[in-house]
Amino acid sequence: MEQKVFTISAFTENSIGLLNRITSMFTRRHLNIESLNTSESESPGIYRFTIVVKTTEEQVQKLVLQIEKQVEVLKAVYHVDEETVFQEIALYKVSTKSVADGNLVEKLIRDNNARILSMEQEFMIIEKTGHKAETQELLDFLRPYGVIEFVRSGRISVIKPMEESEDLRKRITNF
Amino acid sequence: MEAVLTKPVKETVKTTGADAVLRVLVEEQTEFIFGYPGGAIMPVYDALYHYQDKIHHVLNRHEQGCIHAAQGYARATGRVGVVMATSGPGATNLITGIADAMIDSTPLVCITGQVGSHLLGSDAFQETDIISISMPVTKWNFQVTRAEELPAALARAFYIARSGRPGPVLIDITKDAQFGDLDFLYKKCQEIRSYKPVPKLDPNQVKKAADLINEAQRPFVLFGQGVILGKAEKEFKAFVEKTGIPSAWTLLGLSALPTDHPLNVGMLGMHGNYGPNKLTNECDVLIAIGMRFDDRVTGNLASYAKQARVIHLDIDPAEINKNVKVDVPVLGDCKESLTELTNQVRMNSHAKWLELFRKHDALEQETVIQDEIKPATGDMKMGEVIEEINKTTKGDAILVTDVGQHQMMACRYTQFNQSKSNITSGGLGTMGFCLPAALGAKLGAPERDVIAVIGDGGFQMTIQELGTIFQTKAAVKIVILNNSFLGMVRQWQQLFFDKRYSSTELENPDFVEIAQGYGIKGQSISERSALPEAIETMMKHDGSYLLEVHVGKEDNVFPMVPSGASVSDIRLS
Repeated sequence: MEQKVFTISAFTENSIGLLNRITSMFTRRHLNIESLNTSESESPGIYRFTIVVKTTEEQVQKLVLQIEKQVEVLKAVYHVDEETVFQEIALYKVSTKSVADGNLVEKLIRDNNARILSMEQEFMIIEKTGHKAETQELLDFLRPYGVIEFVRSGRISVIKPMEESEDLRKRITNF
Repeated sequence: MEAVLTKPVKETVKTTGADAVLRVLVEEQTEFIFGYPGGAIMPVYDALYHYQDKIHHVLNRHEQGCIHAAQGYARATGRVGVVMATSGPGATNLITGIADAMIDSTPLVCITGQVGSHLLGSDAFQETDIISISMPVTKWNFQVTRAEELPAALARAFYIARSGRPGPVLIDITKDAQFGDLDFLYKKCQEIRSYKPVPKLDPNQVKKAADLINEAQRPFVLFGQGVILGKAEKEFKAFVEKTGIPSAWTLLGLSALPTDHPLNVGMLGMHGNYGPNKLTNECDVLIAIGMRFDDRVTGNLASYAKQARVIHLDIDPAEINKNVKVDVPVLGDCKESLTELTNQVRMNSHAKWLELFRKHDALEQETVIQDEIKPATGDMKMGEVIEEINKTTKGDAILVTDVGQHQMMACRYTQFNQSKSNITSGGLGTMGFCLPAALGAKLGAPERDVIAVIGDGGFQMTIQELGTIFQTKAAVKIVILNNSFLGMVRQWQQLFFDKRYSSTELENPDFVEIAQGYGIKGQSISERSALPEAIETMMKHDGSYLLEVHVGKEDNVFPMVPSGASVSDIRLS
């Protein structure tokens, strides 16, 4: 069966160790987590895990059922990229001297839809949001000028179909 | 009048965390704690001193003994087993049993002591992160660091352990939480918003299942422990009797339907009966009830029941399509699902189809079974020992087994008249399970005979529990089927590894003398002629008894579906 990228969204209670419990589901199946993010959802007190994994659909179906089976998980679903809008954020720390030369800064900000968060004598911090390929492109562009630090967040993702979002909302708040 | 008006509905009691633990156990009608004290759980043990008239504490000789005893108790009674251990090694020694209870869906509440909360993460004496360690093998776990959290945490623990698909829960209590004060008020947990233990039965699915069953020519029922856990034995029997469907059991489903029931066609899986395995690949509708299509049951999935439409009744949504693709899932509590289903199926009989099972059985009787249970010459056989036990117990005893050849033989040949009578380590296959589990079963069901059938290997894994049997005076009847080998591994070495017996032969001690050291009477026999009297003596003896039977060293368990083969390729020799 074909391997694909899936985004799992799990709605949970906010309890110590639950992250561990959820990630162990992947560990025992020898699955690598591509990225993971957790934050409070639109419903106060209910947290949302966004987990990206590359595997088969059959495997992800089973995985989601096992995640949902955990006592402190209210609901878990999975989607392919086309069904969601997703984003990542990247921060780049570069030497001010090497980048602030000529029209380079303007070009990279304009072309990449990036922004400068902070600027010091020695270094500047550039921020860019986008899909992985886009933040990667900027990283590759900046490399020749010397990237002092680079960090990219896990994926965050929302579901496109209104019906499904509303259904989910109902399920996780109607208890 | 005034006094009545001002009296609060429920009064709280000022007490300590340690006392609160015992109060909860009393509220949850705990009869036994299977435990072992140590530094980090001492406040609770101190509080226990005042509860000796309400709760019996069983001092096992190792924490693994505690947890297997609690499992045996839970399986024999259908109640939650309670385990107590200290931090560090006390807690880690529970892990095998917790994993066993998890895979066999046994309700347990394990209470472990933990170092003071100010010491967490400091590598303090006897500190281990038991929450992380036990996470993948517990249904739920929780660390309590403040006394006031205890009543609610324990209430949840009991509720989660016993509801839905049961399982083990661990509550880790720091020493300061045990010493701390709280206003105690106990409210039993009735629901948790993120936890839906029983899926709502969908009438459409029941209808689809009933239609499929009504049209089936060669339907076949596979039943598992779900029938027992769901207390649905009566409903199950009514269902198979109305539909007249041949029914076969998984290792843990054994005893849910009497073994002599005309529709009980035997055991599934690797060492199951010939007919049930062969005919799995000839049925047209497969009805799985409270079982999970373990690989020991299915053999090679690629050639498992491909011709059949599959109906799966289960309480756990994660079991549907996990191993076998299902056409009609029926989620819900099987007591309810079976009642509904029975209402909608037609009265039927499948005489010709059932006859086919009989034919397969006749072949198995002729080639395997009669030689095993009624051999005339040669070494003693495991099967004949079981057959002799049947003559005395007449199917009314609880059988507790360990893991290996003796387990397969005992489960294949023991008669059962009533449910909750077969206690064995199925999913995890934990050697050392039997002796402590038998102790727990006897304590939970003192009115019943409990027979522990053990191999010489597994017996020595938890042999120290003879001490607990001695101290509790639990009248467990221990039968060691001694072949001086780790028999099942040796069988595989013979069949699949060119008879290279690598580290499977055992030089054994004098088991009878060891038992005597613990005040347990016993005898050892090697002659066939001595068997009937030896069994009778054991059963009549007032108290625990150890009978060692020397059986053939290189006997094998057949039939057998070789690992990775199809159930159709089951071998008779």
